Amino acid sequence: MLRQASSGTLAVEAVDLVKDFGETRAVDGVSLSVPTGSIFGLLGPNGAGKTTTLRMLLGIIDPSSGTRCVLGRDRPLEAAPEIGYLPEERGLYPAMHARDAIAFMGALRGLPIAEGRRRADVLLAEHGLGDWGRKSIRSLSKGMAQLVQLLGTIIHKPRLLVLDEPFAGLDAINQGRLEELIRREAHAGVTVIFSTHVIAHAERLCEEIAIIAKGKVAFDGRVDEARSRLRPIVRLRTRASDGPWRAAIPANARREGHDYVFELPEGGPEPLLKALIDGGAGIETLAIERPGLHDAFVAIAGARTAEAMGQEPPQ
Amino acid sequence: MMRFIRSAFVIARRDFSATVLSKTFIFFLLAPLFPVAMGGLFGSIGARVANQTERPVVAVVAPKSEFAQLAAAREQLADAVGDQSLVKIVGYSPKGDLAAQRKKLLASHNPPVRAVLSGGLDHPRLVGALSGDPATVAQLKLLITDARDDDAANTPDLPVTDVHVSTGTLSADRATTAWVAQAALFFLTLMLSTMVMSQLIEEKSNKIIEVIAAAMRIDAMFVGKLFAMLAASVLALVVWICAGALLLQMVKHGGVQTLPVPAVGWPGFLALAIIYFAMNYLLFGAAFLVIGAQASTAREVQTMSLPVTFAQMLIFAFAATAINGMDSPPGLAAAAFPLSSPMTMLARAAERSEWWPHFAAIVWQALWVALILRVGSQLFRRTVLKSGPRLPWWKLGRA
Repeated sequence: MLRQASSGTLAVEAVDLVKDFGETRAVDGVSLSVPTGSIFGLLGPNGAGKTTTLRMLLGIIDPSSGTRCVLGRDRPLEAAPEIGYLPEERGLYPAMHARDAIAFMGALRGLPIAEGRRRADVLLAEHGLGDWGRKSIRSLSKGMAQLVQLLGTIIHKPRLLVLDEPFAGLDAINQGRLEELIRREAHAGVTVIFSTHVIAHAERLCEEIAIIAKGKVAFDGRVDEARSRLRPIVRLRTRASDGPWRAAIPANARREGHDYVFELPEGGPEPLLKALIDGGAGIETLAIERPGLHDAFVAIAGARTAEAMGQEPPQ
Repeated sequence: MMRFIRSAFVIARRDFSATVLSKTFIFFLLAPLFPVAMGGLFGSIGARVANQTERPVVAVVAPKSEFAQLAAAREQLADAVGDQSLVKIVGYSPKGDLAAQRKKLLASHNPPVRAVLSGGLDHPRLVGALSGDPATVAQLKLLITDARDDDAANTPDLPVTDVHVSTGTLSADRATTAWVAQAALFFLTLMLSTMVMSQLIEEKSNKIIEVIAAAMRIDAMFVGKLFAMLAASVLALVVWICAGALLLQMVKHGGVQTLPVPAVGWPGFLALAIIYFAMNYLLFGAAFLVIGAQASTAREVQTMSLPVTFAQMLIFAFAATAINGMDSPPGLAAAAFPLSSPMTMLARAAERSEWWPHFAAIVWQALWVALILRVGSQLFRRTVLKSGPRLPWWKLGRA
């Protein structure tokens, strides 16, 4: 039985995971809740503790303290046949044929080798590698080999896909293909967890994210929630250089060329507009932009980091 | 448990095919040719020298007068062809019970009697281990002809009763079998040790270890790798045994049947040899796999090989102390110490006929294989995968 969350079942739940490597604390009290069937992004800079968190969730390493429950099991390796994992550092046996490598990865997860080979032929053909099935891995390009490993990750039709930095090393076309594959798997009901330090991928794909910085979860929730933590940004250009309307511009507004850039005041756009019009500012352009996930990430991770260090958050 | 076995089988199948279906396996199969060729070369030189210097001794049970005639004939022939080339004869006066006297003489080490000539010059009869030495029989016929002062064309009839081993040399021969079996076991394991130690280098260098570790228990991977190597080496062992038997059949008169029979008999001994090879390999292999798993590069494995080889030699020497002293304290200690137990027990199979110690030893050794693998996999998780809280070493097996 999967554990119940307020909004439905959870594919993965981690509570206060801690991992120490000697004197270094790599992960410090990470708690996560990943709803079944969602695409969940683990965002964070390099060295934030994303990979260590994923390895603990998968049971490759045990946490120093804390608990995790994956597909209803407290010991993640018991759920291994239902999980697909693409590690950050890709690896295949160079002498193996592509179809055998895919079938082998399926066999590791309990799929009979003959069925694995049959499925591998189909998958390779679907992804334009039909002619490469009986070629050794060492004869494939890096991109092809990565695709082979990805196909090996899904060959046994897992319920949970864990992808560690899956876009690293892929060109733009293959990144697009991978995004498509992730969407297709999620559409089929598979829960996808992937880590990345490229926010654009998470922004395009994820419904829920966790932002990790210095081993701690700085934010865990829906992407919209993260973005709504920041106020919209106003970008204003006026014909008049000065006048009584200037009082409506926040004191911390910055100049970018001829533009004023500032956070939308608490009162919303109407009082600002009224003050500009009544004050004769002569509005040339006015844009109210919703902050992107990147801005949210910088604000959340930066503030949290500063807090952890006992300093004031950067302005 | 079924999943554990299935996981181990997936790894074993991959490793076995990767090993046996590679071109380099041919070189692996040819490996014993080099020591055999070297041994053959030096052995043949040694045998030639030995043949020239150590002629067999034949005990002649006959009245003094008849022996004197034979000795004179020998002296005459020695003048012509040289003393070193001729069979040595030693005279013994006949006693009441010829069979008992013959048995005693064949058991004698001083001088080392190869055969006994009895029946006098009129009805000579030869009993001894002479099946591979027709020259000695021919020389004796010549001596008898000369001693009887017969026409050279009238060669006497000399019936030969062949005895494979004399009672006096049986224990020595079995000790030799024990030593040879131990040495073979030692060299085979030594040959495989470096291969086993580098088993995990491939997975660690191409990063697939991460995929494997996420899919199965580490000890299942260890077991899979160990049994794949065992299957490949047993395959090679069968090829080597067959090739060796064929070679022996071709080059040695009488073939494999002339080899001294071990105490438990050849079928039992061969079965035990394969079981103890498997156990020896699994014990050393499990230890080496664990040691090798700590290495990141082939260079580190090579560096580790030297101390590991010396350790193996020490254990071999320890096991060798048990030969001819199976029930002595060192012999029992060597049988009980897990790493020397298979070699010691194989030597025991050559020297002693009882079976129950072997059943007990095999169970004991299997327990130690399981223990080493369990502790090794925990050690691998902690030191290589950096997993879990720190534990003292004595708690590793229980983690």
